[in-house]
Amino acid sequence: MKANNTKRINGWIIFRYLILIIGAFVMILPFVWMLSTSLKPPDEVLSWPPQLLPKTITIGNYVTVFATAPFARFFLNSVLMASLSTFSILLTSSMAGYIFGKFSFPGRDFLFILFLATAMVPFETYMVPLYLSMVNVHWVNTFPGLVAPYLVMSYGIFFIRQNVKASLPDELLDAARIDGAGEFRIFRQVVLPMLKGPSGALAIFAFMQTWAAFIWPLIITSSRKLWTMELGLGMFQYRFTVDLGPINAGSMISIFPVLMVFLLMRRHIIKGIALTGMKG
Amino acid sequence: MGVSTGADRLIHVWGNRIGLSYVELKKRLFVYIFIIPVLGVYVFLRILPILKNFLYSFFSSSVVKPMDSFIGFSNYRELFTDSLFLIAMKNTTIFAVSVTVFSVLIAIILALLLSGKTKGGAFFETLYFIPVITPMVPVAVVWKWIYDPTYGLLNYVLSWVGLKPVAWLVMPNTAIWAIIVMSIWKIIGYNMVIFLVGIRDIPDTYIDAAMIDGAGQYQIFKSIIMPLLRPILIFVTVISTINAYNVFTQVFIMTSGPQGAPGNAVRTLVFDIYENAFRYFKTGYAASEAVVLFLIILLLTFVQLGVGAKKD
Repeated sequence: MKANNTKRINGWIIFRYLILIIGAFVMILPFVWMLSTSLKPPDEVLSWPPQLLPKTITIGNYVTVFATAPFARFFLNSVLMASLSTFSILLTSSMAGYIFGKFSFPGRDFLFILFLATAMVPFETYMVPLYLSMVNVHWVNTFPGLVAPYLVMSYGIFFIRQNVKASLPDELLDAARIDGAGEFRIFRQVVLPMLKGPSGALAIFAFMQTWAAFIWPLIITSSRKLWTMELGLGMFQYRFTVDLGPINAGSMISIFPVLMVFLLMRRHIIKGIALTGMKG
Repeated sequence: MGVSTGADRLIHVWGNRIGLSYVELKKRLFVYIFIIPVLGVYVFLRILPILKNFLYSFFSSSVVKPMDSFIGFSNYRELFTDSLFLIAMKNTTIFAVSVTVFSVLIAIILALLLSGKTKGGAFFETLYFIPVITPMVPVAVVWKWIYDPTYGLLNYVLSWVGLKPVAWLVMPNTAIWAIIVMSIWKIIGYNMVIFLVGIRDIPDTYIDAAMIDGAGQYQIFKSIIMPLLRPILIFVTVISTINAYNVFTQVFIMTSGPQGAPGNAVRTLVFDIYENAFRYFKTGYAASEAVVLFLIILLLTFVQLGVGAKKD
């Protein structure tokens, strides 16, 4: 009876792992395929039957993608755009998050709800009027226009406010005030250092989100000089129909920074995304 | 705290007049110096565009003038006779419902499999999460080639069991399902991690007690885990549906060029908005479509708030 039970439990465990492993394989296969294709020489890329692993490994595709298309420019644009967006989101979120968390003033709750409510409205529903506003200020097909929608993040304000409330004691701020520190100095020398941890987490989300942007760069830019990595890939992937190798090399380059950050900080990222509902 | 500079004296006098102490008034000034620039950016980038969208939807537009002439509800009336919009609504709804139902079901099963003391649980969690954090464009590009009729990995695998090659993204009746499968693959990890948080929050004692009472695995799932997961289930379902209604990037990538683009077989709502606004410059009309999308999402948000509140 007992032996039988153990056998059944073993069977269940094996079945469980079998499902998990098959699942993991399906999750990873497209990335393996992408990496493998990016390392194949041109004659192997379209071979039949498809070879999961390259017979000869070459970095030729990585050279080609930068030589034949302005991918270096796209990459630089993406880095600039995501960095500026991250910086601005950190700045505006800590400013507003600190104020909402520690000060009372007329209209505070109304303003906070207003900011939070905009987080629930998807970008796609107001991108047309936003584009027309960009027309008015002559920001169409400019870098400021490209980065503008990514300068603030409502979740960021909410997230910093939570952290300010939870880990920044009023006594500390009052002590600094009694010592004669002005509000700006308190913000710079007391508040910002205490927010290092949450700011780091927020920076990762902000960078990833802006890095992955597609529809806005697609509508706001018209010259290739402003294309981002994602837009460049999206526009080149169907003109380059035979040049699968370089396209996959480009895809790998676009994934690489995000994947590295994720693998290094996976605990924090998974927890952060799951608990805050941030989309990543 | 000496009142020395001119500015300080001004704050002092002004504070006395409106009944705030010197310290309080200084704080108040600081608040406004910090909040007004952020509010300004919000008004320009979020609040005005959201409001203007409603306004534009009541106007006909031309390339240079988004508000050419006021036409009341004409744009909305036109929507109901516009076959492209109706196709887009139908496709987007099929897409949203399918992606949500399947990704939630698969995610619950995976979360249950991972919830116990599974060795290597963190490893699987990480692997399943990789598609969630990777940008959509490269992932859509590689899936497009997996679906390729001539060179695609999928047709090759299916040829092992004797199936003939299928042009997944070209055939009108398979194209949308091919994109649905890829989109499910992309978000399973997200939904799974949220369910895992929920399952791990259930105290062990509940499950132990049920086991002592002789409850089987299925009974424990049905009468303990599911009822406690209900709020999370609602959250995940609503978030998935809202995100799915905004689908654009993977559709744009996977239907562009000679390997895809079967007419309007995978036209979605945001794709239709994009085309009307930026290809035909019918911004007023596109705005009315965006209002419809907005209302769908508002409804879903209320469903979540309503059902979620009932629980407490």
